[in-house]
Amino acid sequence: MTDTLSGTEADTKFYTQGEPIADAAAPGGPIEDRWPTRKFEAKLVNPANRRKLSVIIVGTGLAGASAAATMGEAGYHVKSFCYQDSPRRAHSIAAQGGINASKNYKGDGDSDFRLFYDTVKGGDYRSRESNVYRLAEVSKSIIDQCVAQGVPFAREYGGLLDNRSFGGVQVSRTFYARGQTGQQLLIGAYQALERQIAAGTVEMHTRHEMLELVMVEGKARGIIVRDMVTGEIETHMADTVVLASGGYGNVFYLSTNAMGCNVTATWRAHRKGAHFANPCYTQIHPTCIPVSGDHQSKLTLMSESLRNDGRIWVPKDEADCGKDPRDIPEPDRDYYLERIYPAFGNLVPRDIASRAAKNVCDEGRGVGPGGLGVYLDFADAIERLGEDSVRSKYGNLFDIYERITGENPYQVPMRIYPAVHYTMGGLWVDYDLQSSIPGLFVIGEANFSDHGANRLGASALMQGLADGYFVLPNTIRNYLADGPFDKIDENDPAVVEARESVENRIKHFLEINGTRTVDSYHKALGKIMWDKCGMERTAEGLTEAIGEIKDLKADFWQNVRVLGTADSLNQSLEKAGRVADLLELGELMCIDALHRNESCGGHFRAESVTEDGEALRDDENFAYVAAWEFGGDDGQPTLHKEDLNYEFIELKQRSYK
Amino acid sequence: MKLTLNIWRQESQSTTGAMKNYVIDNVSEDMSFLEMLDVLNEELIEKGEDPVAFDSDCREGICGMCGLVINGQAHGPEVTTTCQLHMRSFKDGDEITIEPWRAEAFPVLKDLCTNRESLDRIIQAGGYISANTGAAPDAHANLVPKDNADRAFMGAECIGCGACVAACPNASGMLFMGAKITHLGELPQGQPERDARVVSMVDQHDAEGFGGCTNLGECSRACPKGIPLNVISQMNRDLLRAKSHGK
Ligand SMILES: Cc1cc2nc3c(=O)[nH]c(=O)nc-3n(C[C@H](O)[C@H](O)[C@H](O)COP(=O)(O)OP(=O)(O)OC[C@H]3O[C@@H](n4cnc5c(N)ncnc54)[C@H](O)[C@@H]3O)c2cc1C
Repeated sequence: MTDTLSGTEADTKFYTQGEPIADAAAPGGPIEDRWPTRKFEAKLVNPANRRKLSVIIVGTGLAGASAAATMGEAGYHVKSFCYQDSPRRAHSIAAQGGINASKNYKGDGDSDFRLFYDTVKGGDYRSRESNVYRLAEVSKSIIDQCVAQGVPFAREYGGLLDNRSFGGVQVSRTFYARGQTGQQLLIGAYQALERQIAAGTVEMHTRHEMLELVMVEGKARGIIVRDMVTGEIETHMADTVVLASGGYGNVFYLSTNAMGCNVTATWRAHRKGAHFANPCYTQIHPTCIPVSGDHQSKLTLMSESLRNDGRIWVPKDEADCGKDPRDIPEPDRDYYLERIYPAFGNLVPRDIASRAAKNVCDEGRGVGPGGLGVYLDFADAIERLGEDSVRSKYGNLFDIYERITGENPYQVPMRIYPAVHYTMGGLWVDYDLQSSIPGLFVIGEANFSDHGANRLGASALMQGLADGYFVLPNTIRNYLADGPFDKIDENDPAVVEARESVENRIKHFLEINGTRTVDSYHKALGKIMWDKCGMERTAEGLTEAIGEIKDLKADFWQNVRVLGTADSLNQSLEKAGRVADLLELGELMCIDALHRNESCGGHFRAESVTEDGEALRDDENFAYVAAWEFGGDDGQPTLHKEDLNYEFIELKQRSYK
Repeated sequence: MKLTLNIWRQESQSTTGAMKNYVIDNVSEDMSFLEMLDVLNEELIEKGEDPVAFDSDCREGICGMCGLVINGQAHGPEVTTTCQLHMRSFKDGDEITIEPWRAEAFPVLKDLCTNRESLDRIIQAGGYISANTGAAPDAHANLVPKDNADRAFMGAECIGCGACVAACPNASGMLFMGAKITHLGELPQGQPERDARVVSMVDQHDAEGFGGCTNLGECSRACPKGIPLNVISQMNRDLLRAKSHGK
């Protein structure tokens, strides 16, 4: 069936329309007063009572580690979980480019309002003003906090902190630590966390994977986890649960995410009633190393900061694509970003740079294997600044590139191509970062809150740390102030039900004993998602994708082969659980992408474009957050709309020309 | 390429393991070493055999999760992490031996996966600056000379993979520890706790069963981040200094 569906037909076919929702926690009034007001109005917990209150935090990335450390310092009883063998290995570690803050240390006209404005505009006017303003406001404290912990940010000779500029903005507000900013920030948060573990306020569980949320009387009260070494299924209860489990880019199989990144923690919560917001908003990063073959297990990002000094081009003439790029003379090169977007040039936001790369490759002017690549050329920068200076700025990135491709980027231009990188969607949360399940809070990439339809570079690190160090600890106390809540027995029917469902699912995976490996399903899902829910989406493709994913899911449950036992370290079993959840998520992403019949940010619908082919938003019909309620295994999801109101920023069609 | 792999197989921490032989064909030089193992595992599953357990996560050389001893060398023949090692470093017909990190402080959990929590416990003993959230002064309140900032950064680059321990004949964790002590000790913020830090980290290191340093330098040669041996000298100096302060 390939008939194109209009919005309303899609409505009746794949989902049900539900009641609108609103963010009840955000105060009104002048934008700069909202966060101080909320902090003042949120109830306090007296220091003596904090010890009696327990908090589960799933995830030890920037969001989870900073939250666990801060809550531990405040005196709460924290239990922290991650699937790696150490909290320091969370995928935040891989962030390269930097972290934004409105310090205005460069005196180039930056301010909270400008950072707020840039982020809302960069997100293509699909995020909440209150949240984003708060993010800009606390950004400065993050830098102070990290420096106090010993994070070695880049400095100038005088000892002051250095900044650089990043895509989509015209000021230098990005703090960085060479190409390893995420690593340095995470090590800072990890050390603060380890300090609390030593102090006894945080109980750390590594190699433990959350497989279910426990709800008692409508509230989040605990989690079911699997000890990934012994296979034991454990129950952990607390007064509140925080998910900081990262993004779900691995639904595309190939992405810049780590191998273990997954949606299980948030998807399990979604199945228990937490709304999933804007699942289709995916960020495709323009500068990644192209795919080299079928064996490819992940894609490697080349930081966006490279676009500060590198120039992107393809040959003007298709016939030159096979030539050594150094032999193609200047006049025969098309520096297409500089040509189409003279005001921002190579620094246009990611969604725009990615689509432009796709377009030139679709025209047949791509370079490298399969014609899926464009050049990122440093010849001018090396001539202007010298090779040493380029090495000191980007040395580690150039090394990674050479290691993977076998080519020396100091001599030959890099080849890059867009790849899935970040997911703006996530569990719906209010201003307090509380989901639609009372007592369940969601922070970092796992929530949907601040980046609208497209995230600007260097703002995910900012959001993760803002949530963990400064926002959550101030909002969660309003909830905890009513605790401690009744102690729940491990034999409570709700707990038993959750634990048994996990055990049965594991048993089921091991019993299917089919013919296909878990990875083969994951790859098949990734291909459907990339082809039909990737950089360009159409109603026709999405409708097909929904059918294909349903079929793949049915086949998976009949035919997957998981060897080994439940009570041992079993990596196929771990992956099976993750892929099962990604299959369900993939379907919802396609439904969300199909229903959003406009182009905005990273969501590009071929049916909604301006005369010159740029994304065309439809503010009249789509200026809302799409929050999806789970509809049961055989049912349809229900759509709840949260209207977005702009009081401080005027909605405009984005232009970077 | 066609390769013969000798891989350490071990059911669990409490069982003994043994080397096992596998032949793998059609390996492309663009594959990473771990992608080659992925392909092997897919083949094993198809044949109904238990796949080889090994750790990896970011596959970008930064999370420190992966780590194999390849032909007797920690992370293999190139100076990089196992995930960044590519098959172009090998040739058709090669026989490759693959083992887990070997050290008393890193017990094997299964096949090629080990338990490295001992490294976290060394950090718990003092590898931090005590700065509670919200109490920090403005970031520009303390200037840091670029040379110190750069040297701090060099120590901070450690990814905690444990290759230094695996490469050391004494299974010493001194490079790991020296890197952290250098990172924090170069910064003005790190001074107040400098003496206490080195003393308790060294105590913890010894209690975990890591060996002592005999200046062989294998650790630094195996370090994928190129952390130099002189961080160990800095640690020793700091330790002496702390002792002279009566710590
Ligand atoms: C290659 C790369 C480069 C980037 N560069 C930048 C940059 O320069 N600037 C920027 O601002 N942003 C950047 N980003 C984005 C940014 O790094 C991430 O969005 C951010 O770090 C996510 O942090 P987090 O704390 O939300 O999640 P993560 O760091 O992904 O942590 C997730 C945690 O959850 C745990 N977890 C997940 N599921 C479970 C489960 N079921 N049970 C138990 N534990 C679980 C994991 O173990 C982990 O500890 C980059 C991202 C990538 C991939």
